[in-house]
Amino acid sequence: MSSERVVDIWGPRTPFTSGTSWPRRVDQYLADGVTEADVEEWVRGACLLCSNGCGLEVAVKDGQMVGVRGRAEDRVNHGRLGPKGLYGWQGQQHDRLTTPLIREGGRLVETDWETAMAAVVERSRSLLETKGPLSHAFYTSGQLMVEEYYTLCVIGKAGIGTPHMDGNTRLCTATAASAFQESFGSDGQPGSYTDVDSCDALFLFGHNVAETQSVLWTRMLDRLDAADPPRLVCVDPRRTKVAERATVHLPVRNGTNLALMNALVHELIARGWVNEDYVRAHTVGFDALDRLTRDATPEWAAEICGVPARDIRAAAEIFGTGERVVSTCSMGFYQSHQATAASCQVNNLHLLRGMLGRPGAGILQMNGQPSAENNREAGCGPALPGFRNWDNPDHVRELADLWNVDPLVIPHWSAPTDANAILRFAEQGSIGFLWIAGTNPAVSQTDLARTRRILSGDQCFVVVSDGYRTETTELADVVLPAALWAEKTGTFTNVDRTVHLQEKAVEPPGQARGDQAIWTDYARRMGFADKDGHPLPAWDTPEQAFEAWKAASAGRPCDYSGLTYRKLHDVGGVQWPCTRDAPDGTERLFTDGVFNTADERCETYGHHLATGAPVGETAYRARRVDGRAILKTAAYDHPYEVPDETYPLRLTTGRTVYHWHTRTKTKRSRQLNEAAPAMWVEVSQPDAQRLGIAEGDVVRVTSRRGSIEAPARISHVREGVVFAPWHYGDPETAANELTLNGWDPVSKQPELKVAAVSVTRIRPGDGPAPAPTTTASAPVRPFADTGRE
Amino acid sequence: MHLVTYLHFLHATEETLSAGYRTVSDGHFADGDVHWTTARFARQCTAHARALTPVLDRCAPAEEPAPERLHAQGVTSARNGPAGLLRDLQDLYQLTNLVDITWTLIRQAASAARDRDLIHLTQQYGEETTAQLDWLRMRMKAAAPQTLIVAT
Repeated sequence: MSSERVVDIWGPRTPFTSGTSWPRRVDQYLADGVTEADVEEWVRGACLLCSNGCGLEVAVKDGQMVGVRGRAEDRVNHGRLGPKGLYGWQGQQHDRLTTPLIREGGRLVETDWETAMAAVVERSRSLLETKGPLSHAFYTSGQLMVEEYYTLCVIGKAGIGTPHMDGNTRLCTATAASAFQESFGSDGQPGSYTDVDSCDALFLFGHNVAETQSVLWTRMLDRLDAADPPRLVCVDPRRTKVAERATVHLPVRNGTNLALMNALVHELIARGWVNEDYVRAHTVGFDALDRLTRDATPEWAAEICGVPARDIRAAAEIFGTGERVVSTCSMGFYQSHQATAASCQVNNLHLLRGMLGRPGAGILQMNGQPSAENNREAGCGPALPGFRNWDNPDHVRELADLWNVDPLVIPHWSAPTDANAILRFAEQGSIGFLWIAGTNPAVSQTDLARTRRILSGDQCFVVVSDGYRTETTELADVVLPAALWAEKTGTFTNVDRTVHLQEKAVEPPGQARGDQAIWTDYARRMGFADKDGHPLPAWDTPEQAFEAWKAASAGRPCDYSGLTYRKLHDVGGVQWPCTRDAPDGTERLFTDGVFNTADERCETYGHHLATGAPVGETAYRARRVDGRAILKTAAYDHPYEVPDETYPLRLTTGRTVYHWHTRTKTKRSRQLNEAAPAMWVEVSQPDAQRLGIAEGDVVRVTSRRGSIEAPARISHVREGVVFAPWHYGDPETAANELTLNGWDPVSKQPELKVAAVSVTRIRPGDGPAPAPTTTASAPVRPFADTGRE
Repeated sequence: MHLVTYLHFLHATEETLSAGYRTVSDGHFADGDVHWTTARFARQCTAHARALTPVLDRCAPAEEPAPERLHAQGVTSARNGPAGLLRDLQDLYQLTNLVDITWTLIRQAASAARDRDLIHLTQQYGEETTAQLDWLRMRMKAAAPQTLIVAT
């Protein structure tokens, strides 16, 4: 099995009918020349190359990783692994950062830890003395461990006292968190992957699961291929593999999700597909929802979205008549100008039908990254730890007691600063110290020319911890070599609240260190301390950090108090909340229809979805929500940029199955790199014809921010839409050279799905575009028909 | 009676506010949320003014002279830098408050005059104005610490 799963992405089918258990199928890959007999140790953990979190074991020989195999008993994957899981780990064995680097005379040169950390501490200390805590910011990842996030949270929020901490989760799951908070009072996935096993209808909203969580799609495929397949509705402007299997495919114009969602809600209400008892007992806000969607007829939405009204009706009927409906929602909805409102409407569909909290009826607002959930819950991102409400003095006091600091040290005068604002403050120089860890904003942020200017300027000192040299490390003042997955021990949590422990399998290369060790070293050098002079953070090892995190989470919705490293080692994945009363974890939330909206429990008092302005404590309390879910939406508004004569097409960005983010790891795995080696853009056949573009021709795509050149793939993307994968970082080709500086008003998640662009043909190519043919990027016609090899 | 004068006043102030939002939107392009949100508010204000036009068309000319210094100054140019943004938002806040209370006052008068259409109009558009105010308050509160303590 050297590379077969590059072609056979989802592996052989094991169909199963509703209510039965997903059959086991153990996937394994060992490096060339290695046999099972050669493996000296199998070390337990989970895959860190998407948000699915498949349980696996790492094969070790002579102190090196030599392969992986799925854990058959793990609840997430029942033994399966996807192409990235099988082959991606090999990328950790090439081109690693092994020593710290420091900028001297404009160039990064190798140095030692002592010198590098002394430079970091000197700049940090002098800025804290002259400008105070608000001069400091941390921009982290969705791929670190909960121990690392929580350690950094305490350093930032109790040691320094800065509100400027965010993760690149702002780009991937901020909207999931916001939609949960607005509807249910707090973050926390209501559903479970096991809901897929017994649903009779599946709705995928802006979620190309076949490529982004390939093992979850395998689970869905095994239901679709059984005797009683669920009906499938897909909302996506591209003809993805999901769309090809759909009962109804709604290829809406990108940027029009909320119009569609308001129409679906309109239809449920107009056709009487509402569980009135459930709505009366367990929700507030029905009248306002009814009022705001009353004019949102399928005909009205059809005009805006560019799909037939009868298809919208058909989708609504599937939702309205299903007995067990599962919805998933992902980047197509999240990375958009009305992201939270559209995602709340997904929650609303389920609330209107009482379709949650029981087997087969569930919501999966997806995460993009493997440990995005941990950034959200442990306090490095948009929330205080444990989903605490920054606007609730009691919640802040709990943290102050836990950390033994003055509550006033903990920033809680407004919401934690989002990444967009952090970059703006860094641009203006009021943030003079920015520490970036485990992410590559010089490729992943919007409007890259501006991002590069910010990170390379003298106005802000930039520290980057990473496993590789990246487009971002090249702009930094100090670069610190970080240990990667399986080179350290720690836990992380997937989409459906499943916590896994990844145990250390091998030593990190050279002088690389784990992020927790790096930050603890920084904290000790800075002398951060609590009220009594004891060091902050009050721990050193991962397991000590985990115990501290358990204490912080106890009693909150994301309660880890019943978990131990031992239990996670023995069982594999366990879903939080895991407590003394629920020692095996909790499969579904809100089974009793009681939500986290009580005044003293909620994570937020909510926002107006149209503007992001807060509802406020007084108005929230006056409403007496008291454990009921909140139905809310907003009127549809057009995207920030709409096509015009100069820029007549709609750009959307996305992923391919073979790569993870900016390819730091996956481009160094032979099988994955060969499967998708270079940048391409996708245009529809009618657009290609009109613009005189043939398969593989090099085209220039231009927006108001910049332009890129790449070979064109003529694919099944919707007419008028251009698709660009955002994995490829070269300024000549990076998709985010084109994207705009705007975001959803509630979740602050950047708009990455609509930018107005023009496309022109530059020259003929050398052959077909280097895009996969096995995925949504498949060509419209076989290459033989195009006259190209 | 001064209702007609006040309807004209509201119409003019919505247009002034719309221009102010547009000025701030253009002047603070690098603050993405300010840029896009104020552009949207500018469109809302224009729509509010447009919705008042048929009401004004139905009205007889004002019978009484308007009070002195009736009209408010607009925001005609954007300021620079973080403190300039904060101050621009305060200007908008002041003007939006004027529009907000004027919708309220006209609703009061509409109720007393038993004018259902006008009551409905003031409810619909008054809510959007209040939402603009809420946003401005939030945005200024979020910007204040960084601007007042650290920004240069």
